[in-house]
This record gives sequence, structure tokens and C-alpha cells, in this order.
Amino acid sequence: MTKKLLSVLSLLVVLALLVGACAAPAAAPAAPAAGAEAAATDAAPAEAATEAAADSAAPSGEPFRIALIMPSTTTDYSWSQSMYDGLMAVQAEMGGESALEIAVTENMFQVADAANAIRDYATDGYDLVIAHGAQYGTPLFEVAKDFPETSFAWGTTSNTGADEGLTNVFAYEPAAQEGGYLNGVAAALLSTKGVLGVIGPVEAGDAKLYINGFVDGVKATKPEAVVNVTYTGAFGDTALAAEAANTQIKAGADVLTGSAQQVVGAVQVAKDAGVFWFGSQSDQAPLAPDIVVMSQVYDWTQVIKEMIDSHNSGTLGGKVFTMTLNDGGQTTIYNDAATISAEQLSEIQTAVDAAAQGIMDGSIVPAK
Amino acid sequence: MNELFTLTAIVGILTSGIRLATPYLFASLGEMFAQRSGVVNLGTEGIMLMGAFSGYYTVLHTGNPWLGLGVALLTGALMGLLMAVISVTMQAEQGISGIGLSLFGLGLSSLLMKVLVGTPTGVTGFRPQRIPLLSDIPIVGEVFFDYSILTYLAFLLVPVTWFVLTRTTLGLKIRAVGQNPEAADSLGVSVTRVRYTTVILGGAMAGVAGASLSISILNIFQENMTNGMGYIAVALVYFGSWRPLGIMAGALLFSLVNALQLWIQVLGLPISPDFAVMLPYVLTIVVLALTARQIRQPAALTKPYERGQ
Amino acid sequence: MRRTVWLPRLLEALLPIAAVLLAFAIGALLLWGLGKNPLEAYWTLVSGAFGSVAGLTATLTKATPLMLVGLGICISFRGGVINIGGEGQLIIGALGATALGLALRSWPGWILLPLCLLAGAAAGAFWGGIAGVLKARLNVNEILSTVMLNAIAFQLMNWLLRGPLLDPVQRDAGTHIPQTEALPEQVWLLRLVPRTQLHAGIFLALALAVLVYFLLWRTTIGYRIRTVGLNPSAARYAGINVPSYVALSLILGGAFAGLAGAVEVAGLHHRMLEGMSGGYGFSGIVAALFGKLHPLGLIPASFFFGGLLVGADKMQRAIQVPSALITVVNGLVVMFVVASDLYVRRAKRRYSAEAAVRQSEEPAGLSAANRLDDAGVASDRSPSLP
Repeated sequence: MTKKLLSVLSLLVVLALLVGACAAPAAAPAAPAAGAEAAATDAAPAEAATEAAADSAAPSGEPFRIALIMPSTTTDYSWSQSMYDGLMAVQAEMGGESALEIAVTENMFQVADAANAIRDYATDGYDLVIAHGAQYGTPLFEVAKDFPETSFAWGTTSNTGADEGLTNVFAYEPAAQEGGYLNGVAAALLSTKGVLGVIGPVEAGDAKLYINGFVDGVKATKPEAVVNVTYTGAFGDTALAAEAANTQIKAGADVLTGSAQQVVGAVQVAKDAGVFWFGSQSDQAPLAPDIVVMSQVYDWTQVIKEMIDSHNSGTLGGKVFTMTLNDGGQTTIYNDAATISAEQLSEIQTAVDAAAQGIMDGSIVPAK
Repeated sequence: MNELFTLTAIVGILTSGIRLATPYLFASLGEMFAQRSGVVNLGTEGIMLMGAFSGYYTVLHTGNPWLGLGVALLTGALMGLLMAVISVTMQAEQGISGIGLSLFGLGLSSLLMKVLVGTPTGVTGFRPQRIPLLSDIPIVGEVFFDYSILTYLAFLLVPVTWFVLTRTTLGLKIRAVGQNPEAADSLGVSVTRVRYTTVILGGAMAGVAGASLSISILNIFQENMTNGMGYIAVALVYFGSWRPLGIMAGALLFSLVNALQLWIQVLGLPISPDFAVMLPYVLTIVVLALTARQIRQPAALTKPYERGQ
Repeated sequence: MRRTVWLPRLLEALLPIAAVLLAFAIGALLLWGLGKNPLEAYWTLVSGAFGSVAGLTATLTKATPLMLVGLGICISFRGGVINIGGEGQLIIGALGATALGLALRSWPGWILLPLCLLAGAAAGAFWGGIAGVLKARLNVNEILSTVMLNAIAFQLMNWLLRGPLLDPVQRDAGTHIPQTEALPEQVWLLRLVPRTQLHAGIFLALALAVLVYFLLWRTTIGYRIRTVGLNPSAARYAGINVPSYVALSLILGGAFAGLAGAVEVAGLHHRMLEGMSGGYGFSGIVAALFGKLHPLGLIPASFFFGGLLVGADKMQRAIQVPSALITVVNGLVVMFVVASDLYVRRAKRRYSAEAAVRQSEEPAGLSAANRLDDAGVASDRSPSLP
């Protein structure tokens, strides 16, 4: 009997320890979270904030309410975080939570769960429900039919459901190949060996676009350069992505890039090997300030503001946002801390600016 | 195909494979002790995540990888204790308690990361340490003597665990408890104590396995970063038929084929990446199918023991 | 005497609930640590899962795949094999059903829908059968093979959804979102409540639960599967072909998981896409063991566990609790509920022992009834897994 008591007691001790470990520092949970948000807001480009956002607030004085459903987390350094950062930037610009209320649901990798979330947010009267993943389309259209007063948004896609008679769905589609092309141009200039490595998740969606664009950009700059591409077959296989980086480096790559949340491990490997990294989706410089030269960032602020304005002016959907260099949906963020010479940096910037100009005026069309 | 047989590729595959095998070795050798004494711990995945987080968090704040390793080991041991209480004392069905423990570890490590750290940043953990002289030998030096200390430690554990299991009293007790708990009990061996020891030991080693990712190989923590490695580690114990050498063979086979498939992709060989990624899983099954006839598992595996039952 | 019957039954019902409450109490501490009001949080959870039409239908929708996967788990585990390959079997089943539905899209629904569901079950059975044959013929441990087969199924899905099965619209648009074309409408399962996702698959799951109960306890095949699971050497001695029944357990387990995939596709998503499963293989195991590996026990167990998952999501939305906290509580619930089982079993043994002592003083008929009841209790014991 004492033994049993002992074991039950020890169980409780373990749990108390674990709970304590969590609860004690969590007493002031707002502090680190706020810090992270502040950092995220800093990271968001300021140049997009030119347009006065005060007129974006709902006319009644009630806050505009946006719900965001994401497949990953707000700190994944990629797809999900880029949208979250965008929302935070717009919120700060509009004057905080009193002007823009934001609700976030993370880790909705199961589509059926996301479907519940979409319907639930619509029922709760949110003005705009963003289902941040191409896999959410089917349930989104179902719910959108039932809530004609609510705006919905999803991507990557150009399908607003107009074929099915829907008028309250926005669609967004980053032209990731454009950013990929710019990174490719810069990476090719920086590579001395002429071997570059790409670490992708699954050969689909915006990762595929980004990688195709990257390869195209490299080839346009250095036709003789070799671009090796590896896929890990998943979005969260951090260990395999890191080993893929090792493999790329062994195979001669002196510049790496990649896509999806799993690249955080690969970036650390690149850091250890002193190999340059080009970020995509979110600003990845904080992961390794020495070696991340630049990041192609999805800048959602403009899209979000346009959706808010459109909703307030009575157009609840039907628009497709392509997110190109032209409309500011993709921006290049250079990392000042990267250890490259000033000449190299200016050479890169000149080439990237020229390529961006070419893409924007249509003289360069990156492969999709 | 010829590109695969260049020296660079072969050396690359060997080094990648050895490095990838590190976490599996720690976790599987630990799990082996638990299973040898009759407890299947499917919670390895969750323990690895907790070990990975606690090690990472410690290094983030102290900069001391050894301290991080110690904390990860302790955290793993605590998680093992939890598993032992539930599956040994409370005699719960082992498969489901392990799945529960995995969920618990996944949730708690993500929660702590979110609350205590927020956005992940890299740390400086164990660096690769070239062994003087030996690492200067051409090729051999590169393949065998240029890893972080944890990789050496993982492979060192193979003979150590073999010795403990086959040449010590503790090992004898573990095997006896796993084969025939009633008989062991009647000879005065405490089944409960032995199983607590093995499950806690296995937990500690799974914690170290997690740390080998977060403070040695990847030097960062990310939510759910093990991505199923814990389950593979459990599977490798079956592959190795509960023997350290067999487990090492399994871990190396799985990891080397994984390294091979990365090279296949890098070299642009005409195999779809999806099928390349499948390779290590398929080959592990095939190899076991060709060799598994003779394996006998511990007789009391998954069976809770209660005196006088 | 009456005490001996209802007390253990009551205990059996109450102890798991107490275990859940304990897990929630620890979760409450965590919530409090995060600065949330635990009572408000849990009220959101319960009302989110059961307190509205939306919640209730979501719970039932969630319970459907849990129940179908869980039925397969019941058969596998009763047959003594630890099938953790539900995830892969479900994916393969969904792929099979979708491929057939798209290939025969002009066929009428009354024949195509059953065909699709059968194709899903057959594909899942095939996937489970690989592990089954490997174990029966080549002694390959099923934990190893099912873990590996899950990963293989996942990559196979990646390949099919990017290439052969990719929606032509996606290919033409160049977006390459990994999903198939939508299935023709005649194979969509009926939606039961407007403006919700609840579909007729729930009836199929319920009917099959009853069927599996009959299969396991009222047929020779079921008897043999259970005998092999309880005591393989005795089964061998009794002339049962043990390897065949081991393989059959995995084949049937795979069939139900595959059917779950087909039902999810036909009822919910109307196409095959990434993210249609995401863990049902494991949550199905949890549901099955909550239901004491009994097909009828599985019905309330799936309902409860489905509600827990749905309510937890609601909690995340309503009061912005990190989803990780909910995973922690789920893990604790699972561990504590299985742990509480010990006391139920102990109590049962104690009462049946007392009953045995009193037997001599009782009329013969009563004690015979009592013995029958004990037999029923004993049959609830988990089989000896390998």
C-alpha cells in the first residue's frame, strides 16, 4: 500500500514540476509575446505603410474583425508567419485592437477542423475570415454560401468561386516565382563555385513557383551555374531539411535557399558551414544574421488593407490579389548584418533592382 | 548513375548517414532496455521533444551545451518516470499510454516554446570536433572523425549497452524480467524496480536524443521538430531484434539510405523526389522481411505484471 | 449480492470520468498560468462541443472517422496485433475511393457510391494486408511495418496528388495545389443538417459498429480472432491457423481505416487533398481503447473523444488559448484514463472474489447468473498483445 501511495505521490510531484515549470515564467506571459509581436512588426516593411489607414476603420467606430486560420504557427518563419506579421502591421497602423480585432487559429493541418473554424468565425460575426491555405477551398466555399454578409479570403489560388455564384470570396496568389527570380539573380552573383542548392518541401504550390523562379534567375545570370534541388517530402521535417543542406554543401553548393517552415534547421547548418542563405516567405535574417543575405517576403499589408476597404465599401469579394513585385505583395528585405562586402552588396542590389524593373515592366517573365 | 559512385558522394553519404543515425541510436538503445524488461514505450516521440526543448532552452540562456545535455537527460528521465508510473505501477495498456505521453510531450514542448521563447533563434551547441591526427587521415578521417561529441557518444553507447545487457547483473535482471517476470519475482528480483529503472533510463536517453537534434545537429528548436522520429526509433528496436548491434545496423541502414536518397536528388537522377524519400522506409521493411524469421521477442513484452496474478 | 453487480459497473463508469477531471484540473493550472480563466475556458470547451447545433454536428462529424478507424483498431488489437498504421491505411483508402470515383464519373450514384466506399475499404485492406502478410509469413513486427507504411503512404499520396491525380485545373493554372478534381456529385454523401458538415457517414459507422460486435462475438471468425489475440499458443493447439488470423486482423483493420478515408472523401471533402487526415490513425487508437476495444463501447468513446477535439479547437478560437495547451490536456486525458483502468479491474476482482465466497450460501441459479456476469466482465479484459 505504501508503495502504491509513493508512486501516486511521485506522479503528482512530476506533474507539479512540469506545471510549475510552465506556470512560473508564464506569470508574465504578455511580455515575451508582446516582444515577439513588436519584432514582427518591425520586420514588416515600412514603405508599404504610406497609405493612410484611418479610413480603413469601420464607419460605425466598431473595430473591424478579422479571423485568421493557418496551417502552421505564427512563429514558423514562413507561410503562416508572413500573414500574421502582415495583420499585425496593419493593426498597428490602424491604431491597435480598438480599430482592428484579430483572432488567430493555429495548427489547422486537418482540413475538417479548419472547416469548423471557418464556419464558427463566420457565425461569430467576423467581417473577414482568412483561410490561409489552398487546401481550405472546399469548406470555405460551402460556408461562404451560407454567410453572404461576411467576406472570406483564401490562397494560394485565383479562384473566387465566381463560377459557383459566390461574390464574397477574395483570392490571393503570390507570384512566388518573381521573388524566387530575384533571389536567384543575387545568389548567382554571390556564388563563387557556381553551384547552388535548394531545399524544398513538396514539389507543389508556391514552393514550386519559388524554386522554378530561383532556378530561372540563376540561369539568367550565370548560365553555366548548377542548381541542385532536394525535396524532403514534408513541410516539417526539420532534421531531414538540415541534412539536405549538409548534402548540398558537400556537393559543392556555396549558396543555399529553401522554402517552408522546416528550413530553420537548414539555415543553422548553413551558418555552421559559412554558406550564404537566401530567405523566402518571411524575413529569415533573425535565424542567422551573418549569412542570410536577403529574404523575399510576402507582404500582406496591402492585400489586407484592400480587402478591408473593399468590404467597407460594400464589395465583399470577387477580387484576386496576385501579390507581385508590381503591387508590393512581394518585397525584398536586405540584411545589413550579413557578412558580405559593400561592393558585393551594391553589385547585388544593382542587379536585383534591374531584374525587378524587368519583371515589373514585363521584359522578364520568370518561369513558373 | 555514375555520379553516385564518386568519392565525394560516397563520403557524403557516409557522413550524412552517421550524423542522421545519432538521435535514433540514443532513442532506440534506450527503448531497447525498456522493451527488454517488458515495456513498450511509444512515448519516445514526446520525450524526445521535451528533451530537445529543455536542452535548447538551457543553452539559449546559459550558452553551456553540457548543462543543456544534463537538463535534457533529466527531463527525459522525468518523462520516463511518468511513463513508468502509468504503465508499470498503474499497469495501463502500454501502447495507449505511450501515445498519451507523446501527445503530452508534443503539447508541453510547444507550449513552453511559445510562452518562454516565442520566435525561435539559433544557439551554439556542441560543435563538430575533429579528433586530432585521426581526422587528418584522408577519407577515413573525414568519414569517421569529424562529428560533434554526441555522435561519438551515441556509437560508444552500442558496446556499452551491449555490455550492460549481457555482462552485468542488472542486464541479467532486465532480461529475466522481460522473459519471465513470475520466475524473476520468485528469485527475489523486484519486477517493478527493474522496469522503473529501464523505462527511466530509456526516457533519459530519449531526452538526450532530442537534445542531439536541438543543441548539436540543428542548433534550434521548432514545434514538433522530431516529426515522427520517435516512432521510427521504436520501430528500429524491432528491426534490431532487441540487440544493440542489430539496432545500430538498423539505425545506420535507415539513415544511410536517407542520405543516399538526398544525394540521388542532389545529383538529379531520374527518380521522383517522392519515391526517393520513400526509399529508407521501403528498404527497412524489405531488409527485415529477408532476415526476420528467427527473431524471438521478450516473452513478457507489453504485459503488465502484478504479483500473485 | 446486488452490490456485487452494480458497484463495479458504477465504478467502471465513474473512474474514467474522474481521470478526465484530474487531467482537466492540471490543464486548469496551466490555463491559470497563462492568465486565462479556467472555468470560462472549460465552459467554452463543453458548450463548443455539445452545446449547440453547430458544436454537436461537428462532434458527430469528427466521431465518424474516429469510429471507423477505431473499429479496425478493435479488430486488430483483439487479434493481438498493434496496428499503428491507421494513418497510412486511411490515406490509401481515400486515394482508392477518389481514383475510382473520378474514373467512373459518369456512372449513376446508386452503384458508384457503394463502389467507391468498397474501393476505399479494399485499398485500405490491401495496405493493412501488406503488414499482415509480412507478419504472418515473414515474422516482420507490425509496429515496425505499419510505422514505415505510414510514411510510404504519405509519399505515395504526395506523388499521386502532384502527378497522375492532380486536378487539371491546377495543372493548367500552374498553381499545382496538390489535390484531385472534385468527385461527381452523385457520390457525395447526404448532408444531414443544413449549414453543417454532418453527413450520412455517421449512420454507416454506427451500423458497422453493431456489425463488428456481431462479427467478433457471434461468429466463428470473430471467436478465432479473439482466441488468437488472447492466447496464440492455445489457439494453435486448438487447430486455428494463427498466421492467417493475424493477417486477417490487419486486413480487416486496414479495411475499416480505408473505409474511413473513403467516407471522409465522399462525405466531407468531395475530393482527395493534402491534410484530409492528419492524425486519425492515432486518435482512432485512443478512441478504441477508451471504448475498451469493444465496438459498442467505441460509440460513446468516439463521441466523447470527438467532442474533446472539437471543443478544444473552439477553446482555441474563443479565448485564444494556444493549441499546444490543448494537446497537453489531451495527452493527460489519455494517460490518466488508461491508468484508471487498474482500479476498475482491481475492484472487479475483489467483488467477484467476495461473490465466490458467498456462492455456497446462495441458490444455485443465482450463482450461475453471477458466473455468467463474471464471464462478461472477464471478456472485457484486453487481449495479450504480442
